[in-house]
Amino acid sequence: MKKSGAEILVQGLMDQGVDTIFGYPGGAVLPIYDALYDANIKHILTRHEQGAAHAADGYARASGKAGVCLATSGPGATNLVTGIANAYMDSVPMVAFTGQVAQALLGRDSFQEADITGITLPVTKHNYIVKDIRDLAMIIKEAFHIATTGRPGPVLVDIPRDISGGEVEYKDPGPVNLPGYRPVLEGTEEQLNKAAAAILASERPVIYAGGGVINSGAHEELKKLAELLVAPVTTTLMGLGGFPGDHPLFLGMLGMHGSRYANYAVCEADLIIAVGARFDDRVAGKFDRFAPGARIIHIDIDPAEIGKNVRADIAIVGDVRVVLNQLLPRLQAKLPGAWQEKIDLWKKEYPITYVENGRLKPQQVIREIYNVTGGKARITTEVGQHQMWAAHYYTFTRPRSFISSGGLGTMGYGFPAAIGVQVACPDEVVFDIAGDGSIQMNIQEMATAVNYNLPVNVAILNNGFLGMVRQWQELFYNRRYSYTELINPDFVKLAEAYGAVGLRVDKAADLKPALEQAVRTNRPVVLDFIIDREDNVLPMVPPGESLENMIG
Amino acid sequence: MQMTAAQALIRCLELEGVEVIFGYPGGAILPVYDALCQSGNIKHVLVRHEQGAVHAADAYARATGRVGVVMATSGPGATNLVTGIANAYMDSIPLVLVTGQVPTSQVGTDAFQEVDITGITMPITKHNYLVKDAKRLPAIIKNAFHIASTGRPGPVLVDLPKDVAAETIDFDYPKTVKLRGYKPTYSGHRTKILEAADLMMKAERPVIYAGGGILNSGATAELMDLAEVLSAPVTNTFMGLSGFPGDHPLFLGMLGLHGTRYANLAVTHCDLLIALGARFDDRVTGKISSFAPGATVIHVDIDPAEIGKNVRVHVPIVGDVRQVLRGILAHLKKKDRSGWLEQIRQWKEQYPLTYVRDGRFKPQAVIEKLSRHTRGEAVVATDVGQHQMWVAQFFRFKHPGTLISSGGLGAMGFGLPAAVGAQIGLPDRLVILVTGDGSLQMTMQELATAVDQKLPIKIFVLNNSGLGMVRQLQELYCDRRYMATRFKFVPDFALLAKAYGLAGHTVKSEEELDRLLPGVLSSPETVIVNCLVDPEENVSPIVPAGHGIDQAIDC
Amino acid sequence: MRHTLAVLVENNPGVLARVAGLFSRRGFNIDSLAVGRTERPDVSRMTIVVEGDDRVLEQVTKQLHKLVDVIKINDITPDEYVDRELVLIKVNCEPARRGEIMQVADVFRARIVDLGRKTVTVECTGNEGKINAFEESLRPYGIKELVRTGKIAMLRGNRSTSLDGKKDDE
Ligand SMILES: Cc1ncc(C[n+]2csc(CCOP(=O)(O)OP(=O)(O)O)c2C)c(N)n1
Ligand SMILES: Cc1ncc(C[n+]2csc(CCOP(=O)(O)OP(=O)(O)O)c2C)c(N)n1
Repeated sequence: MKKSGAEILVQGLMDQGVDTIFGYPGGAVLPIYDALYDANIKHILTRHEQGAAHAADGYARASGKAGVCLATSGPGATNLVTGIANAYMDSVPMVAFTGQVAQALLGRDSFQEADITGITLPVTKHNYIVKDIRDLAMIIKEAFHIATTGRPGPVLVDIPRDISGGEVEYKDPGPVNLPGYRPVLEGTEEQLNKAAAAILASERPVIYAGGGVINSGAHEELKKLAELLVAPVTTTLMGLGGFPGDHPLFLGMLGMHGSRYANYAVCEADLIIAVGARFDDRVAGKFDRFAPGARIIHIDIDPAEIGKNVRADIAIVGDVRVVLNQLLPRLQAKLPGAWQEKIDLWKKEYPITYVENGRLKPQQVIREIYNVTGGKARITTEVGQHQMWAAHYYTFTRPRSFISSGGLGTMGYGFPAAIGVQVACPDEVVFDIAGDGSIQMNIQEMATAVNYNLPVNVAILNNGFLGMVRQWQELFYNRRYSYTELINPDFVKLAEAYGAVGLRVDKAADLKPALEQAVRTNRPVVLDFIIDREDNVLPMVPPGESLENMIG
Repeated sequence: MQMTAAQALIRCLELEGVEVIFGYPGGAILPVYDALCQSGNIKHVLVRHEQGAVHAADAYARATGRVGVVMATSGPGATNLVTGIANAYMDSIPLVLVTGQVPTSQVGTDAFQEVDITGITMPITKHNYLVKDAKRLPAIIKNAFHIASTGRPGPVLVDLPKDVAAETIDFDYPKTVKLRGYKPTYSGHRTKILEAADLMMKAERPVIYAGGGILNSGATAELMDLAEVLSAPVTNTFMGLSGFPGDHPLFLGMLGLHGTRYANLAVTHCDLLIALGARFDDRVTGKISSFAPGATVIHVDIDPAEIGKNVRVHVPIVGDVRQVLRGILAHLKKKDRSGWLEQIRQWKEQYPLTYVRDGRFKPQAVIEKLSRHTRGEAVVATDVGQHQMWVAQFFRFKHPGTLISSGGLGAMGFGLPAAVGAQIGLPDRLVILVTGDGSLQMTMQELATAVDQKLPIKIFVLNNSGLGMVRQLQELYCDRRYMATRFKFVPDFALLAKAYGLAGHTVKSEEELDRLLPGVLSSPETVIVNCLVDPEENVSPIVPAGHGIDQAIDC
Repeated sequence: MRHTLAVLVENNPGVLARVAGLFSRRGFNIDSLAVGRTERPDVSRMTIVVEGDDRVLEQVTKQLHKLVDVIKINDITPDEYVDRELVLIKVNCEPARRGEIMQVADVFRARIVDLGRKTVTVECTGNEGKINAFEESLRPYGIKELVRTGKIAMLRGNRSTSLDGKKDDE
């Protein structure tokens, strides 16, 4: 049967089980949109392509499926770049389709031509420009395969207008065959045995778990491992929710904005079991001072991560879940001892806490969101202080419930991501925890939320500053607040201009009723929390210091 | 003198005469922000999204002719610049962008907020630098300004790792640039100039086709002389608009896809096409083989790579348009071409640029009124879409550089930040933004910047509740199967204005607009006028895809 | 038609990526590209062989020139020049047949550079035609691995394309 390129694309999407795409139309994707007109795929029209990319990313993180976004050539494609880079840094499976000018116009600086495969070379797992319509079906299949397997990541497929508008006899592409791409899933016997021996010999083990646990669905295995060994677990920002936040073995987050007890535990451990984590600079602090007395077992799907920043004594390349299932039978249960006592002592001595001073405290707000949602909400965040407060004060008990821009740290991520999450989980309560700076970045997506009647709640911790940067200026630049104070719109009126609900809260007493109203409301809600202006995220490890040197 | 590289950077900017920086802070660029605030000599405009910073700087450059300067942090700060950089690259706008980068030791490790922005922007910058040695910074900044502003202008990006910014260096600003691979040619080749002048005197039906290069090189007076001496009609590309007075009898308006029929006919029938600082873009030429089929082509451009890229050129002249025109003018004598001009007058009469007045509130009427009320004395920024083409068709520009719009990339969302940048560059001028409801939403957060900076921009939203230009294409090419181009929901822009603390009005008819306009145009405030126009209106004429430009149809 | 370009570039990191990126972005076909140091430490030289008509070549040259790191481009195709390429070929070879291969090598003045249990590796330099012929004559034995450096070239006589050199005779 003859099919147009656009129809082949739609067919490919259906074959991959795609039910939703996020996109924005334009001239170069006209044939694709025309094919979508008849397709049984939900299209969410955002108000900026950046919103589409982040929403697809949020959708992917919440559902575990690949997120799909679609944009036109030129500015449509370049508007995706931040969203693609964001997905790349956080290993999120995403397939981005872009229109391109017809091949005859390529390379001539034509109208709305951008070399998007060149531009995204550094921020995609792989990318394609389709030059022959006969390759299209296979490329789509490969794109999804590459995006979702191994270490997940974004793949971009650039489709020239003459390809999407062209026609060819359609053939099923057959199985994917990529000789240069063969992710390893299982650990080797030798390494597994070494790891088991090291674990059994250790007295002060710490499990350090990252986003890989969530990506591979290894949270049950992780819990078994921790309980078997009575080993405390600390997670990265990306790993939050991968281990129950209310579990007695949980240490909270480690690193720059980690808990003291997590950082102390890492510093005094004799064994670090790194599970799907990558020793990021924000986590490890000074690389050569990280866990100085410990042997390190590093389990990761990406061989390039092993030994990249911190030496690994025992490396196991493989899918975290598969490897943990291989490892568990080799281990025996341990009993709590001095190490667990020491940690409990630290927990008592250095709790994560804040000082009340009569003003509305951001920490209070987060805690109340936790209470009102019974800990069951899907939380997205923007980037800044509020993000760290959300990480500390909302207790995440299940995977995929904390969705945040970790590696790229993209302000403006949270709101469109929340839209994607709400589309993936229509019956759940979704909150975007935002700062007043961040929320403005993609505020246009309010129209998307209203358009599709997505009852996303936006909780703005409004401090009138680019708070996190202000904090650094306060701590490291002698309080010289260079361009970090903000003039803001009236967020309540803004919500109302969109036909959404706007609520302002400036005292603790109003917190609960406002949040209850928000959760009850079946429309988008903006909550403007006027918080203490110059609060800091503390304690913290100053940049370039090792983890035991926390301030605050 | 000893100082940190960050301080040296600010010092360099001061020495380059930079008065304004558009930016957004973050961790990796903190040392630079600290130096900036300590120096206090340069104004900093805090935007609300980095995309806004680069578009604002771009428009500032277009409005003032100076280099626009942008600052952003690493990672997302840098990637948020990408669209704006591509936009400046496509339209040849001089920009210098400084991005923070993670410390050198972490470069290449996927560190927090690390992206390879020099790699990413390779295809869309004229040049870019990653500073590895603090001592090299002053020379790099010197080069960056030189490259951005000379030859065919364009954006240059300088990526500055945080540790390098904090290093102490001995400051010395170089007086000259040394770039072996970069030497733009300014004066055209003498024999070619003579050849061109000769052809111009001999031609019977010449047409001048003038692009953005006229504005970049400041050649508008020379263009006028040329047109008048030769009695040759002038058509502009979209980028060239405002380079020739909109009410001049020799003016043909815009050519190409949405050009006037008479401009397209004149080009099709001319025997000499004089292309000045234009690049034979696909939107201009339509089907290449029927573009100016009988014409000898003279092509003057600063960028040798443009010559012969899309069409065959008989007399190529590489050089600065202004200098080359001066050279040519010296060899010309006044020429009378009444026959040719009469033919053009007839075409103008036969195929006037017009629209159907059926009682509905027509978007074109808004533009005509703006043109009339301001007597062309405004700087007009636009977004991308139908409204942009209506501005091109119906606003009569008087002064060079008064149309500020995204031509080559066609980036929706350019308009509002561009109006901000233009108003900052020209505080005493009337700055108008004509935008669409789709485009305005893209970078709407910059309303806060406009308020913050107290900019009296006048924003006219031609609100058709949808993505008009794409809807029009779907009407034409997709059997009216409207997919994702009609908004189920559009915010109330007048209320939005109020949420941002500025004035907002909604108008539904020409009469309402007439009543409102004088007050709005003279108001000292930022104002949004939400015009609820006929949502079905099309941009007409249009050259259907794959046709010659003389095959335009009404729609 | 094929053209041989001698391109002098700043010896900066990333310059190859820039050139390669430009070629792929603009859709120009590279036949071969060889890059290496020159008589000056700050300058590298690329020898690029491109396929295309005059219009393509003109675009290649002009677009290359737009790269700030590209210092000088010479199309030496019409001139007298020496060009060389080096090839390493590993052929399947039972010890008993080594003699045969050595004979072929001798004809081309190629050298045996390595012997494996079942392989022989030979090295040959020459112009493209010679290398092609050499390759063909070894093909029947079963080529296991082959690598060519890409062509490098230099003008004959006094003329030079180096940075301070003049292409025209002094
Ligand atoms: C797109 C982008 N630009 C700049 C930064 C640098 N940055 C990190 S946190 C921050 C301040 C965030 O302010 P806000 O959203 O108000 O949150 P707060 O820290 O006050 O909670 C900035 C500017 C960033 N992360 N992302
Ligand atoms: C960033 C971006 N995305 C998509 C497009 C494709 N596009 C071109 S015009 C247009 C519609 C513009 O709508 P609007 O701003 O409302 O203006 P109108 O055409 O209705 O006047 C679109 C979607 C674009 N030019 N830029």
